Amino acid sequence: MNASVHRPFSFRRIAAITGNTLTELTRLKVFYVLLLFALVLIGNSIFMAQFTFQQEFQVLKDIGLGAMSLFTSLLAIVATARLLPQDVEDRTVYTILAKPVTRVEYLVGKLAGVLLLLAISLLVMGALFFLVLTIREQTVLRETARQMSAAPPDQLADALRAVRASAFNPNLFSGIAVIYLKGCLLASLTLFVSTFATSTIFTIVVMVFVYFIGHLQAIAREYWLQTNGAGWITRIFLAFVALLFPDLQLFNLVDDVVAGTAIPLALFTKTATLGIFYTGFYLLLAWSVFYRKEL
Amino acid sequence: MRFFLVLMSVALFGVARLPMEHAIAATHRELRLRAVDFNLGLREELGQLGFVAALSGFRSLVADALFVQAHVAWERTEWGRVLLLFRQVTTLQPRAVLFWDMAAWHMAWNASVAALNDPAQPRLALRVKAQREYFQLGKDFLVRGIQNNPERPQLYEALARLYRDKYIDHEHAAEFFAKAAALPGAPSYDKRFAAYELSHCEGREREAYEELRRLYDLGENERLPTLLRRLQDLERKLDIPLDQRIPDRVP
Repeated sequence: MNASVHRPFSFRRIAAITGNTLTELTRLKVFYVLLLFALVLIGNSIFMAQFTFQQEFQVLKDIGLGAMSLFTSLLAIVATARLLPQDVEDRTVYTILAKPVTRVEYLVGKLAGVLLLLAISLLVMGALFFLVLTIREQTVLRETARQMSAAPPDQLADALRAVRASAFNPNLFSGIAVIYLKGCLLASLTLFVSTFATSTIFTIVVMVFVYFIGHLQAIAREYWLQTNGAGWITRIFLAFVALLFPDLQLFNLVDDVVAGTAIPLALFTKTATLGIFYTGFYLLLAWSVFYRKEL
Repeated sequence: MRFFLVLMSVALFGVARLPMEHAIAATHRELRLRAVDFNLGLREELGQLGFVAALSGFRSLVADALFVQAHVAWERTEWGRVLLLFRQVTTLQPRAVLFWDMAAWHMAWNASVAALNDPAQPRLALRVKAQREYFQLGKDFLVRGIQNNPERPQLYEALARLYRDKYIDHEHAAEFFAKAAALPGAPSYDKRFAAYELSHCEGREREAYEELRRLYDLGENERLPTLLRRLQDLERKLDIPLDQRIPDRVP
């Protein structure tokens, strides 16, 4: 008899749930609307007002990365918020959990599906962004070479170098990676909120508040740690904000990347580690609530 | 009970991550990332929506929107609005050299000329005064831009041009071209420009001659018409012995 041993944690089962979640999410109209809107925004930046090439590249990068950041965050929240309520409503969760699938596998699979979706959307947006940037860069390089054909070689080389420096910057990749990390954090936190939320809309509303407060957390934390003169009620409130909410400003490196600031590898590694910690911790919390949840 | 346990876990995680977040924030400060002072003044300038957007991680997008508005204001020659908008843009994106440079250029080059030719002001003295005020505004943008981006050559170069073209101050122009030339990524002409400006400074001819001669000796790439002309002028002025002078090849 070939009796297979049931493992409490199986990557195959997780992969199956991940694949299923991804398929489910890609069938959503909201996904296509958001992605299409982001792509139109990024693609449109090629037809911007005629600025000088530095201005044009600056605005193009700002719009491109801003659109990626906005749509990745939105997608992370909207896609994750509906996962659990939808499964409960469709009664799919009962079918899945009635099989030898543990709740942690179910949650990990669901989150992995969303993270995969975020990665695919970001890849598509990133590819279009770099395509637009390359097309504009090549056009400007050709124009510059034509206009300066009579200039001394070192001046031409300086001008072409300036064009290339304005367009491409290797830090753009780390900026996009940090956008993804922020998306992972938000997805994981949304999953946690949805484990005790009563509806999808409640989860989305809570996450919108968390998003805004998370961007102010750094101010609250610095004020809490550095100010001694504030009253105790203020200090308790600041501590509450600093300890309970994630610091989302730490993941906003694109503003400075676009401005040409280099992101050192050490800083990127620290930010990535923090992002992974956040994602893992909120997943753990989601499991701790979902583990005992009456379904 | 479970709610409090979860809350406690989140708070404990908050305590655990606090040193790491604090360290990353310190690195950001060190690298001048997120160097924006979100205060009430900025809130009033940006409006509620702009302020919230800037706080929510869309600072560069808000800055761009304001930059486009400034561009439109410039096309309409609304100089007061251009100044106001560029102040907001540079406050939101202090690490974007381009915005400081553009702000200074609009003030010192465009608005100053418009002020000097203002048909609404019949008194020349007042028009010249307004022109000087715009020079000063341009200079202020560049000085603050340099404070925010001390490692980048572009704004030193822009300030040098402002001193050279608007204030006709060769001493300061030479100083800032030299500062730009000393920074990584500076264009190769900055060191030549520094020497050209120095050659116009009374009492510093010997210093200028030595620098121009040093550049000349670097090879053909540096032997441009202006450099040759300035060098020959200084040779005559300093009475350099004939056998030490450069060959006469200026067209």
